[in-house]
Formats: sequence, structure tokens, C-alpha cells
Amino acid sequence: MATKDRLSGNEAVAFALKQINPDVFPAFPITPSTEIPQNFATYVSNGEVDTEFITVESEHSSMSAAIAASAAGARALTATSSCGLAYMFEPLYIASSDRLPLLLAVVNRALTGPININCDHSDSMGVRESGWIQLYAENNQEAYDNLVQAYRISENPAVRLPIMVCQDGFITSHAVQNIELLEDEAVKNFVGEYEPEHYLLNRDEVMAIGSYGVSDYYMEAKRAQAEAMLNVPSVVLEVGKDFEAISGRSYGFFEEYKMEDADRAVVVIGSAAGTGKDAVDMLRESGEKVGLIKVRMYRPFPAEALAGALKGVKAVAVLDRAESYTNCGGPLGADVMAALFRARSQALAVNYIYGLGGRDITVKDFAKVYEDLAEVVRNDSAGDTYRYLGVRE
Amino acid sequence: MDYNFKETMNKPERLAPGHRMCAGCGGTIAVRNVLRGLHEGDKAVIGNATSCLEVSTLMYPYSAWEDSYVHTAFANAGASMAGVEGAYKALKKRGKIDDTYKFITFGGDGGTYDIGLQSLSGAMERNHDMVYVCYDNGAYMNTGIQRSSATPMYADTTTTPAGTVGHGKEQNRKDLAAIIAAHNIPYVAQTTFVQNFKDLHIKAEKAIYTPGAAFLNVMAPCPRGWRYNTPDIMEICKLAVDTCYWPLFEVIDGEWVLNYEPKKKLPIEDFLRPQGRFKHLFEPGNEELVARIQEETDRRWEALKARCK
Repeated sequence: MATKDRLSGNEAVAFALKQINPDVFPAFPITPSTEIPQNFATYVSNGEVDTEFITVESEHSSMSAAIAASAAGARALTATSSCGLAYMFEPLYIASSDRLPLLLAVVNRALTGPININCDHSDSMGVRESGWIQLYAENNQEAYDNLVQAYRISENPAVRLPIMVCQDGFITSHAVQNIELLEDEAVKNFVGEYEPEHYLLNRDEVMAIGSYGVSDYYMEAKRAQAEAMLNVPSVVLEVGKDFEAISGRSYGFFEEYKMEDADRAVVVIGSAAGTGKDAVDMLRESGEKVGLIKVRMYRPFPAEALAGALKGVKAVAVLDRAESYTNCGGPLGADVMAALFRARSQALAVNYIYGLGGRDITVKDFAKVYEDLAEVVRNDSAGDTYRYLGVRE
Repeated sequence: MDYNFKETMNKPERLAPGHRMCAGCGGTIAVRNVLRGLHEGDKAVIGNATSCLEVSTLMYPYSAWEDSYVHTAFANAGASMAGVEGAYKALKKRGKIDDTYKFITFGGDGGTYDIGLQSLSGAMERNHDMVYVCYDNGAYMNTGIQRSSATPMYADTTTTPAGTVGHGKEQNRKDLAAIIAAHNIPYVAQTTFVQNFKDLHIKAEKAIYTPGAAFLNVMAPCPRGWRYNTPDIMEICKLAVDTCYWPLFEVIDGEWVLNYEPKKKLPIEDFLRPQGRFKHLFEPGNEELVARIQEETDRRWEALKARCK
């Protein structure tokens, strides 16, 4: 029997980790993810888990220790935010190229410049090409559910890639919401035992990891990594289906909200989707055919499926909570537009940058976006495709 | 402690021949002799910071390592081995493994004194049951002989070239063994290739079998960077010790022990002269520079002796 509770996103993730009881958790605090290791430390101290909790001296070291622990045969993880994730930039690539199952609980926060502790996606967007799987959550329930599913995806023999489970800093990580928690046994059985095939501490064979790959081999290694990423979507769907069987909650690449007959749509990641859905409900009441797509799996990017979901739409607004300084929009915008182009979509697409450094996005802001899209449709022209939302110009 | 040279040298090699390190490299001599400190039958996981040693011993698809081996990056050898040791404790606790493993990680002075110092300091402070071995050749040799904080004063390197105005590296070398000793870990030692490797062997064995964190600083000459006649490596090491440039000592649970005091302390010139990196010091008018090195060597030697009393 599932239990109902009220938890913040951080508490939900820490609780899921308690239920999983992983082998090794190297940790370094950074706002707003600090509560995850902090709550977990209490579980360790009270004997509720027997994880090796290693309080390292930096995020470069937390990721490095997690990588090496995974190579040694352990189920490992760490958690971070913002500059901590940026500090891990180097080892992130090592984790994925070593094909190590590994979990990183990311609590999204703006990158410094100016220093800011609030939510945007510049941290995880900055490492979107590091070879990690990325799942994003709208709320605490999804953060919990994604975390329970993460190891099953990451450890799948066809995948063996590290996975980031992201939630929005403060908005999700600190706000307390209702949540449905699975029974400990149900989580334990769902996640299962980790049985690595090759590992450093295997008594039957020695293993060397971290080779120097010269030009004769480097490209094949990267190609093999890309092949593993190609295997991810089917595994994500399979794990999502199994998860639905124990929880009643279904998960795929993205969530379609009132998209059946929509002629205008917003594509967004994270907590802002909840606000967007409110705007959709409001506009639907006055007969407007609007819908929303919330991307859950951003890496690998479900380009074909997403273009399919946007098939009947006349105009799309892609909302990015990160700049990419291409002078034409954000990362999600670039990916969605490329997907539409590949699918020879006739939809007109615009890209908005919103919510940087924790700037609020309101139902009114979303209503404005749908209004802008109506104008795009009327004019049969996207106009300026690179726009800002909620900024003082 | 008993030491049988022949017996020790005849132990099975744990770093196989066929790797791509230079002929006469001090790094591999350090590694092979540290690993001789492992008792037969005991398993080990060897770690490595990015270095000459790493790129030359683990070039895909080959490995020169007889034990399990892990390399992740340049700056994190301490943290990486901490992760392996954490995994060992976790898997042992959960009954998934029952063998005895030892954890030994190697870094050059660039990876240890400089870019990896934070990670090393963290691993030492947390007192993981591991040995960190610095093979100190006094410069970034892998990238082509750039100065490090281990480079001795006035050495000619590619980023501190001796020129018409510059005399080589202007600063003193960092005293890393003392810095690690200040972490109050169970065992710290400094050694090099002398006395038929007796000093190194004994210290390696102690470091490996002392529970908790241990650190070995091994002077490992680099014939390319130091520019001495390659076969003279043992003579160079002896001169380093007899001039008191590289003293042999241990810090056991905070107690400083001097392991060797030369009967006749040789002038520093004897250590500097055979090395091309100090050649400019012996040009007329540079006598003052040699005198300064002598002064600094003496000052450090006296300070060490005072600590060891």
C-alpha cells in the first residue's frame, strides 16, 4: 500500500534514496540540493541505511569518488546544483565514457554570473552534451518517481550510462506538496540488486578502467557511447511501464496536456509546466484550442516523438529556462525546432527565454505566450523567433 | 625490519614490462618497488592521476597492470581511490566480497603537489585506508617539462627557462610531505632509490599495511627533464640524499623520525652539477645562485633535524 505524505522535493528524493539504500554516496553541499545529503546523513546516523556516506571536499571529488565507486562495483550516486554541477564538468564526461551506471540528483539552480541561488536550468543545460541521460520533474511526486526509476534505466545492460534526475531549485526542492510514497519493499523489489558484469573488486578477474584512447580507438569508443544512448528510449518506456504497474502513474518521454485538438502549443521543462497547465485550463474555458507538452526525457532527445505530438499544431512556443547565447534562443528551442524541421513540420515556432535566476513565471505570462502564438497564426509568420518573457527591457 | 634484496627483487612484477615509459624512467622504478611492498596473495586496486605513468601503461587496448587499475582524471586521484575504498567497505559489509584488498594510488608531482592537492588533502583528512604515492620528478614531465611547485629553485624548465635575465624557477619548492604530515594521518614518509631499495621497500610495506591513510613521497628522477646521463639514476639519488637535498624521513602517528644522516654531508653542487637543468648555474657570475640553493638546503635540513629530535 502506498502512503500519502507531505514532502518537499529534496525530502522526497532523500526518502527514495533511503528506500534504495545505495552502496556509496559521496556528498558535497550546495544550495539548493544540500538537504538531500543532509537528510541522508541522518538516515546513516540512525542506521536506517548502511550506505558508505563519504563527505568529500568538493563536487569534483564527489563525482570522481562516485565514478570510481561505480567502477569498483558499487551502486553509487551524488547530488548537486549549479556551480557544483559546473565543477563536475570534467568527471561527468568520464562517467559516461566509462559506461558507468551512476545517479546524479540535480536540483536546478542558476550558474553564477551574477551569483544567484534560485532556479533556472543553465546548470544541467550546460552539461546536456556530456553523455548523461537527463530526466526532469515538474513536482515533488515526479522527482520521487523519476528517482525510483533511475537505476533501472542506468544499469540496463543495453544502456550502462549515468543518469541525472533533475528538479527545480526551491520551487520543487523546497516547496512542500502532497506526495504518494511507495512501500519500502515495493521500491526495493522494483530497483533490484545491482549485479555489475565487470568491476574492479571482482575476485575472478582484474579490470583496468580509464584508458588512453588514441585516434585509432577514440572515435569507436564515442560511437559505442552513442549506440548506448540510442538504446535509452525503449528502456525508459519499459521501465515507465513497470513503474506504472506498481504506482498507477505513467511516465514516457514527455507529457501531453490537452494536445488532442490543440492548434497552439507550449513546450516546456520542469515546474513551469504546472503553471502552464493552469493557463491552458483557463484558455480552454473560453474555447481556445491550446495545449502544452512537458518534456521529461531531455537527453536523449525524443525528437521524432515530439514532432509527432506537435503534428496538428499551427504554432509552437518553446520555453527555455536557460540562455545559450546563440543569438537565436535557448537549448530546448534549438532541439525542438530541429525536430520540427526534420519532420518537415509546417508549424511556426518561436522560442522564449524565461525564469532566469528564479524569475517567476505566472499564468498571465503563459496566457501572453498563447496570445502571441495567436498573432503568429494570424500573421502566418513567426516574426522574431528569439524572445524574452518577464524581463525588464 | 629484515630486508633481503634478492628475494624482494624476485617477487612477481605487478607492473608488467612492455609499457611505453622512457628507458630509465624513475616513475616506473618507484611503482615497481612500491608494489613489492604488497604481500603475495593480497589483492590491490591501483589508482593513477593522469600522468606519464597513466598514458604509457594503459594505452587502449593494453594494460601493463597485473592488478585492477583505475584512472579517472588529473586532479582527483585521492577522491577516486576514496570512492573505490568506499565501495570496498560497502560491498564487504553487505557480504558481496570477502577478499582483502589494498588501495594504492600514484600521482606525479603535478597531480599531487598542484592540481590534485585539494583532492589528496580531502582523502588524507578523511583517513581512508589507502596509500597515496607521489612519484616526484619535480616538473610537469608529461606535457613537456613545465615547472611545478615541486620544481627546485633555479631549475631550467620550459615555463621557467634560464635566459639572459631569468635564472630558471625563481621560487622554492613546496614541502609536501610536511603538509601531508600536518593532516595528522598515521603514516607519512619520504624516500628515493638508495640502499638497494631497502628504505623504499620498508616504507612501502609500512604504508600499505598501516590502517588508515598513508602518504609516500618518492623522488623519482626523470632523465629527460633533469638531463643527466640516464644510467646514472642511482648515483643521482644517492647525491640527493647525501647533499641533504632529499632527506629520508618518516612521520609515524605525528612522530618525526630521521632515517638517514650522511656521515659526510656533501655540497649541493655535487647534486646540481650532473644535471643539465642546472647547467646555467655553473656559468661564471652565477656562484651566488648556487650559494642560495645551499643556504636553503641547509636551512631545511636543520629544521628537519630539529623536528626529528
